[in-house]
Amino acid sequence: MAVQDDIADRIAGFALFADLSGPQREQVAHVFEEAWFSEGERILRQGFTGSGLYIILEGTAAIRIDGVDRSLLKAGDYFGEISCLLGEAPVADILAVQPLRCLVLASGQVESFLKAQPLVMYRLLQGEARKVRTTTKWLS
Amino acid sequence: MAQLEKAPFPSGRYPLIIVGSGPGALQLTYSLSRIGIEHAVLSDDPTPGGMFRRWPVFQRMLSWTKPFTGLEHGSRAYERYDWNSLLADEDAGRAVMPRIMDGTSYFPSRPEMERGLVAFTEACSLRIRFGCHWDSTRRDGDDFVLRTSDGDYRAPLLVFAVGVAEPWRPAGLEDVPHYGELRAAETYSDRRVFIIGKQNSGFEIATGLLPLARQIVLASPSPTKLSVNTHSLVGVRARYVQPYEDSVLAGGVVVLDTSIDEVKRTGNGYQVRTRSAKDGSVLTFEVDDVIAATGFAAPLRDLDQLGVATFGQSRLPAQTPFWESATVPGIYFAGTLNQGAQGLKKHGIPSNSGAVQGYRYNARVLAAHLAEKRFGMRLPRRHLEPQEVIPHLLAEASRGPELWHQRSYLACVVLVDPDHGIVDEGVVPLAHFVDSAGPDGVAVALESNGRDDPYPAVYVRRGSVVTEHLLEPSPLLDFEGSNHHHALIVALDRVMSPSISRAEL
Repeated sequence: MAVQDDIADRIAGFALFADLSGPQREQVAHVFEEAWFSEGERILRQGFTGSGLYIILEGTAAIRIDGVDRSLLKAGDYFGEISCLLGEAPVADILAVQPLRCLVLASGQVESFLKAQPLVMYRLLQGEARKVRTTTKWLS
Repeated sequence: MAQLEKAPFPSGRYPLIIVGSGPGALQLTYSLSRIGIEHAVLSDDPTPGGMFRRWPVFQRMLSWTKPFTGLEHGSRAYERYDWNSLLADEDAGRAVMPRIMDGTSYFPSRPEMERGLVAFTEACSLRIRFGCHWDSTRRDGDDFVLRTSDGDYRAPLLVFAVGVAEPWRPAGLEDVPHYGELRAAETYSDRRVFIIGKQNSGFEIATGLLPLARQIVLASPSPTKLSVNTHSLVGVRARYVQPYEDSVLAGGVVVLDTSIDEVKRTGNGYQVRTRSAKDGSVLTFEVDDVIAATGFAAPLRDLDQLGVATFGQSRLPAQTPFWESATVPGIYFAGTLNQGAQGLKKHGIPSNSGAVQGYRYNARVLAAHLAEKRFGMRLPRRHLEPQEVIPHLLAEASRGPELWHQRSYLACVVLVDPDHGIVDEGVVPLAHFVDSAGPDGVAVALESNGRDDPYPAVYVRRGSVVTEHLLEPSPLLDFEGSNHHHALIVALDRVMSPSISRAEL
């Protein structure tokens, strides 16, 4: 009679949590909350305070800046981390392109979570490094 | 006092049907009736009350009704302190709970809460068909058809207010007694009790068993949050913190952040094996009882087969800001199911839609929305003179019970309509205002960030753009002084200038 957790199983395939043990992933599943957004619904709102870190479990989202869609996010991708890390309002809207199921952690809990899960913090840093590399290439 | 009507609403077709007779259903049928919308109400239960006919297991509510506040019972301002009464226009239905409570605690007992809901039903002459069991649901053209123990009921609009009261256990705990199956407390005397789950229900049981159990273990993967730390209803409420202190000071209680690897029956008890998320270490407990305080799910029966999307452990229906199914138009929700419409959830702080003091306002807003969107009515609105706008919004931020109980969720909205002038739209879901097109206007909500005192948040819509303006917090919750007055003038200048600014400055 082993106790299972479907979200812990689901995130096992995500790069952000790839280094975690089963119990650690189970803890993630309990620390984060689940949220659901319908097609077209805004998840992050440009210029609004009080956002969070979102990890997409299912569905697709668009990054929209000043009304223009810039790129798409899919399962395993995350967003909201920059505004959480800097303590600033998001600089983009994030909209659900199709029904979207996410895990979410409030901005005020992100620091303590990352400090308690350094393996996730390193993976997140790698993700941010890739974004900086992409931006640098684009600018050059 | 009026008596409950025995069996209204025979099977047939109605413009709208509510399923349920807990506080969410009672508030909605009250509000719809006062607007004049014909509808039926069906309930499996024999009397009003919903989950409060049985729970909380230790028979004392977590929500308070303060008898002495300096405010008149039944006034709007008093609603901030009375979390348990439903809302009514007539005196007989207002502030029912302080009249029912015996004065020994400002948390009503469960029986007092149940009596209060029955009293509200009788005082407001609400009509409900009790003992009518909803079996299944199907579509037939533009109608939904509810198959019930009393025959088929048809309606183009359904509102489910059936609570979140179906015991839920994770896989592997199927044979473990649930919170709702707790035996009489004295039967746990001198026993070792392992409670899976560290939210309010787990700590409620631990609190109740503290004087009886030999040892109590509380375990779940994530650390315990306390409401006094989160500055919200997120986390274990102060009433139930005693086991936590016992774990720190006395050692009779063990609080663990751990996964549950396995729960196995032994001769007269259980063996529970846990694994730490921190270092993977394994602990094995031999205990007499295991209790799954692992939460509840929404009893939505076959609604998923109609396409109603749900999410999370509680199987909450995904909803629009006006509590309509996000995937099946025409199906709405009331009561604690409103948690599925999450709103902006700023700083991770949820609305109080899971509790009476939150969803009673949702129900009133939903009734008005249904009247206008589904029944073609136009409810009266108050016109404001320019000089009235800022005092009105700041007064609502300071004393309005809707904004107080539903932070970042319900907002007071004033629109500047080119055809109708400045119009008080009343209380509206904030997510609707900020994410929908409409006339220029302003929404004021009360917000918390989990650290500071509450503060008003002002959302100004001009054209298709909505901007956020946060005003200063106030420890006394008084936002009617000159500082806030001036800050609101500045925030509104772009949308209502010159009319308001000239009048105010």
